[in-house]
Amino acid sequence: MRNAYLDELYDLARKDEDIIALVADNGAIVYDKYRRDFPSRFINCGISEANMISLAAGLASCGKIPFAYTIGCFLTMRAFEQIRNDLCLQRMNVKIVGIGAGFVYSSLGPTHHATEDITLIRSLPNMTIFSPVDPLETKKATIASAQIDGPVYLRLATGGTPKIYKEDYEFKVGCGVTLRDGTDIAIIATGGIVYEVLKAVDELERLGISARLINIHTIKPIDKEIILKAAHDTGAILTVEEHTIIGGLGSAVAEVLLDNKSSVKFKRLGLNNVFASGYGSYEEMKEINGLSKMDIVEVVKKMIKN
Amino acid sequence: MKTLDLHKKAKELRRTIFRTICKGGGGHTPSSLSIVEILTVLYYNILNISPENQRDSARDRFILSKGHSCVALYAILADRGFFNKEDLDTFGRKGSILGGHPDMYKVPGIEASTGALGHGFPFGAGIALAGKMDKKNYRVFVLLGDGECQEGSVWEAALFAPQHKLDNLTAIIDYNKLQAIDWLDNVISLKPLADKWKAFGWETREVDGHDMTELNNVFKSVPFVSGKPNLIIAHTIKGKGISFMENVPIWHYRMPNEEEMAIAYKELGLEGS
Repeated sequence: MRNAYLDELYDLARKDEDIIALVADNGAIVYDKYRRDFPSRFINCGISEANMISLAAGLASCGKIPFAYTIGCFLTMRAFEQIRNDLCLQRMNVKIVGIGAGFVYSSLGPTHHATEDITLIRSLPNMTIFSPVDPLETKKATIASAQIDGPVYLRLATGGTPKIYKEDYEFKVGCGVTLRDGTDIAIIATGGIVYEVLKAVDELERLGISARLINIHTIKPIDKEIILKAAHDTGAILTVEEHTIIGGLGSAVAEVLLDNKSSVKFKRLGLNNVFASGYGSYEEMKEINGLSKMDIVEVVKKMIKN
Repeated sequence: MKTLDLHKKAKELRRTIFRTICKGGGGHTPSSLSIVEILTVLYYNILNISPENQRDSARDRFILSKGHSCVALYAILADRGFFNKEDLDTFGRKGSILGGHPDMYKVPGIEASTGALGHGFPFGAGIALAGKMDKKNYRVFVLLGDGECQEGSVWEAALFAPQHKLDNLTAIIDYNKLQAIDWLDNVISLKPLADKWKAFGWETREVDGHDMTELNNVFKSVPFVSGKPNLIIAHTIKGKGISFMENVPIWHYRMPNEEEMAIAYKELGLEGS
C-alpha cells in the first residue's frame, strides 16, 4: 500500500510541478526516488506535525498541492486542530496521508496505532476520507485525492498488503464496492482488515452461510445506497473495522441505517472501548484483538442464529 | 505616507476600533489598540497590498496570527478600501462579514482565518516557503501576540524558518507583556525573549511598537541579513490610548460602562459620538 502510494505520488509530481511532498521525519529509503528527482519539492518538516499541517495550508494558499505524510496517529491526533482550522475550515487543497492504519504497527504498541483517527477526522466538514484496501486501490485513491480540490485524508496500512483487485478495477469516489455477493448477511468493512473479512466470507461459504462483503474505501462521503440496499437484501449487517467502534465505520453505517428508519439486525465489530492490546505479528494482533477470520465467522454465526 | 499623516491615521484608527467594538457590544479592545501603529505603518508604507492586487500572487502578505485583534485589522482594511466602512457598524452582528476572529472567505483582505493561537505563524512560513520555491519576491509579515508565544507550534515554526532560510518572512511580536488574565511574567515568562529568537537563528530587532519612525525604519530594512528570517520585538502598551485600559489585565475582553465610555471617547477625541 505504501509503495503504491509513493509510486503514484512520484507520477503525479512528475506531471504537476505544484505537488509537494511533506514528511515529519519519516520515509527513509522509500522516498529516495522522489527525493532524487524532485529534491526541491521534498520537505522534511522534522518531528513537528502541527507545523507541517499549518505550513501545508500556507503552501496551498499559494497554489501548491502538499501531500503531508506521517504515521497516521501522530498526523491526525497531534495536529488535529491544525487539520480542523487550517485545512478544513479554510478549505485548503492539502492531502494528509497517514501510514500505519489500525494496529499494523503491532509491536510498537498503542502509541503508534491509528485506532481513533476515523472518528476524529470524520467529524470535520469539507474533508474527504479514503481508506483503500490494496495497492491498486491505493494508487487509484491517490489519483482521486489529487483531483479533489480540497482537503483529503488518505488512510493507509503499510507495506505488504495482499492484492484484492484486478487491473481493470474502477475506483469511484463515494461508492462502496461489493467484493462478494451474498444474501444471508452483509459485512461492511474498510482498510487492511477487509482481507481478513474476505477469508472469513470464504469460510462462511463452506459453512453454508452466504455473506455479502462490501468494501467502503470512501468513508466520507459514505455510500448510503449500498448500505441501505444491503440492509434491505440481507436483513443483517455486521461492520468490521481495525479501529474503535466508537465513531468509526460502524457508527457511520449505523447513522445511515437509523437516519433511514432501518430496523436491520446490526452489530459492530472492532475495538470496543479499548486500545489494541498485545504484541506480536500483525496476524497475531488480529487474533489478540478479536478480529481474526475465525472471530468474524463466530460473530456472523451468532447473528444469523438469533 | 509622512510621519505626521501616519499619526493622524493612527489616531483615526483608534477611534474606529473603539467605536466598532462598542457598537458590536464586545471585542478584544486593548489587544487591538496595542497594534495600531504596527498596522498603520505596514498598511500605509510597507506592504504591497491593495484592493486591486489582492488576488495577485506576487502581492505581499500580512497574517494576523493573534486573530483576536482583528478589529484593528478590519479598521485599516476598511480605510484602505477593501470593503465598505459601513460594514464596521455591523461588527459581531447577525449577517455581518465581520466576526470576533477574521474569516478569509468573508472579509476581503484577510489572508488566513486565524483565532486559535499558533496557527497563523506556521501558515505564514508556508507562504514564505512557496515564495522561495516559486522565486517570487513577495514578503510575508506575521503579527504574533506575546502570550501566543507560549504555544508550542510557534516554536516549531521558529525552528523551521531559519532551516529553510526564509528571509522573506518577518515575524512581529506585539510585546505588550500582558496575556488574558495576568502579566506574562506572572504566568509563563518569555524572558529573555530576544535571546530565545536569536538562539533559534532569527535576525532580531527590538523597537518601540508605538514609534512609527522606528517601525518604518525597521520594516524598511528587512531582510536584515540575507538568508535569515526576521524577528521584530515591538514593545507596546496593551490598551494604548485609553488611560484606564492601559496595562490593566481585566480589560482583555471587557466592555466599558457608559461613564467609562465617555472618558474613552474624550481621550480618543471622539466627543459626542
